[in-house]
Amino acid sequence: MLRDALLLQMGYNATLVALGAASLGVAAGATGTFLFLRKRSLVSDAISHATLPGIGLAFLVMVALGGDGRWLPGLLAGSALSALAGLLCVTWLTRHTRLAEDAAIGAVLSVFFGAGIVILTVIQTLSSGRQAGLETFLLGSTAGMLFSDALTLAIGGALVLALALLLRRPMIQVAFDPGYAETAGTSVSRTDFLTMALVMAITVVGLKIVGLIMIVALLIIPAVTARFWTNRAEYVVALAGLFGGLAGYVGAAISATAPALPTGPIIVLIGFALFVVSLLVAPGRGVLAAGLRYRRFQRRVHLRQGLISLAQGQPVYERMTRRLLLREGFLRADNVITEEGRARAAKVLRDETRWQEVRRSDSLAPLAMQDNGMTDIASVLTADQLAEIDRRIGGPKRVTA
Amino acid sequence: MKDAMPQLATDEGRPVADTLAQSPLAIRGMTVSYGEEPAIFSIDLTAEPGAMTAIIGPNGAGKSTLLKAALGIVRPLSGSATVFGKPLAKQRARIAYVPQRASVDWDFPTTVMDVALMGLSRELGLLRPVRARHVAHALACLDRVGMADFADRQIGQLSGGQQQRVFLARALAQDAELYLLDEPFAGVDAATERAIIVVLKELRAEGRTVVAVHHDLSTVAQYFDNVFLINRRKIAEGSVETAFTAANLQEAYGGRLATGQIDQLVLGMV
Repeated sequence: MLRDALLLQMGYNATLVALGAASLGVAAGATGTFLFLRKRSLVSDAISHATLPGIGLAFLVMVALGGDGRWLPGLLAGSALSALAGLLCVTWLTRHTRLAEDAAIGAVLSVFFGAGIVILTVIQTLSSGRQAGLETFLLGSTAGMLFSDALTLAIGGALVLALALLLRRPMIQVAFDPGYAETAGTSVSRTDFLTMALVMAITVVGLKIVGLIMIVALLIIPAVTARFWTNRAEYVVALAGLFGGLAGYVGAAISATAPALPTGPIIVLIGFALFVVSLLVAPGRGVLAAGLRYRRFQRRVHLRQGLISLAQGQPVYERMTRRLLLREGFLRADNVITEEGRARAAKVLRDETRWQEVRRSDSLAPLAMQDNGMTDIASVLTADQLAEIDRRIGGPKRVTA
Repeated sequence: MKDAMPQLATDEGRPVADTLAQSPLAIRGMTVSYGEEPAIFSIDLTAEPGAMTAIIGPNGAGKSTLLKAALGIVRPLSGSATVFGKPLAKQRARIAYVPQRASVDWDFPTTVMDVALMGLSRELGLLRPVRARHVAHALACLDRVGMADFADRQIGQLSGGQQQRVFLARALAQDAELYLLDEPFAGVDAATERAIIVVLKELRAEGRTVVAVHHDLSTVAQYFDNVFLINRRKIAEGSVETAFTAANLQEAYGGRLATGQIDQLVLGMV
């Protein structure tokens, strides 16, 4: 059944939902990257939680005016207004009080969310409110999704994505170096406001399907996932869009096969799975690659230290060093150096003597600053300089220990 | 020995109105306050065109703040800055700024080339594609500071001195007339310091103006034409010969420099 859903064979509605969620995921991933790069990820959490009172109030207003309280565009307009109010509160608190941004976010998020829950509870007690189903905005739902809802997702997502790509240069510049950006003619406050406006738009568009509690994950997880794979901001944006789209698509498809499951958490869990895989296997920044690099380096250090000890006729006590020397065949089990070990030790010792000569030389001494113990001397000195050093220290000496 | 000491400096004696109009950077009555304590108070500064000026003073004297206020990064409580006789906002394209190296996150996902290209952001705008000539220009700027071979490196893989040179290359890419640098020599290796000073002197030779916050008193006379001494207030302003004097240093640094040290600095210069 899941295979059917993934291949868009689950029927018209499920197909709509999956495509809509994918479009939202691409836009959220790309937009969220700019927030992540600006180190303001959590502001999106304040924005999304601040939508709740707006949803409730919009419902009440529409009912009071004699209309259908569940009219989606009305609810989304209400959520956008209260999200804006929340964002302004965070900005104001940070700018005009001594509160740090994280504290301001915590305060605004909880107060707005609390107010929203109170309003929703009040609505539950009204006769007109019983069937409102506003609680689906908390965790998101694909149940009863209409073609127009999917269209909203697709068009809203595409619009935000286009704007994010249009503004990518100033947003990246401000995220990297706001002071410089300001002097280079990019207004930091205007760029930050536009970034937040895009995040707000994504939040409002995604409210119905992902839910306000989980939307922050759709904005941030793809960005941190993408960061593992590349060292260029524009590629992070592109990859985050890809990961976000994938999470949205697969998550919505799974949710369509089991309509009782809330959509938001499933999309987030798919995004999280991508994150864990990236964390582990990404080359360069991945945990496994970094661990492997460290181990390899550690072995090289131990081997070199061991060879220096052997060359100087000193016993090797450290277990790891001994094991490596044995494994490489430089040492015999009875602690006697092998012929091959002798040759290697002589080479290492020769490099040590060369460095010493470089340190003592008047003209080359500054180059010795580059030696960290593991530096290959041939990568620092030119062939001529090396020949001159070798002329001074004489030929290679045999290790006799 | 005392006789050899330069005379106590006064203002350079030029009428303010004359220099104001053409000065690359003229700051008037600038006060910046964080909370209710002025970081700098009522500062007047007039940068000489085509010269190198060092802003010096003790830690916490407001050197960086002065620069940031002049650039509009920090909003002053009072006072204003004009650039080539016009308000800053209209003259941004003529200024390049090199911030303190520690002011950014060097783990940011960007390469040396991308940072240099940021210097062309005004020309590239939002959508103009990065063309071969832009890349060539950025590469030439990187080459001037000896960083062309590192163009593809992630910036986090650079040493402190290399990072500083990349920042300078980004400013060079702007092709500005006024260069403002915040502690360009702080914590860099000797090779970087030489490379930077060579470039700054080239800029001066091209008729551009350089104003730099500087912390190393021992190199002031060797590197700069003019000094601006500050300790929240303006202490002195003028050529190194007239303003970089024992009395002015004593006034700016208070007890923080031993008298022997000051004598050495000033006499070493003469």
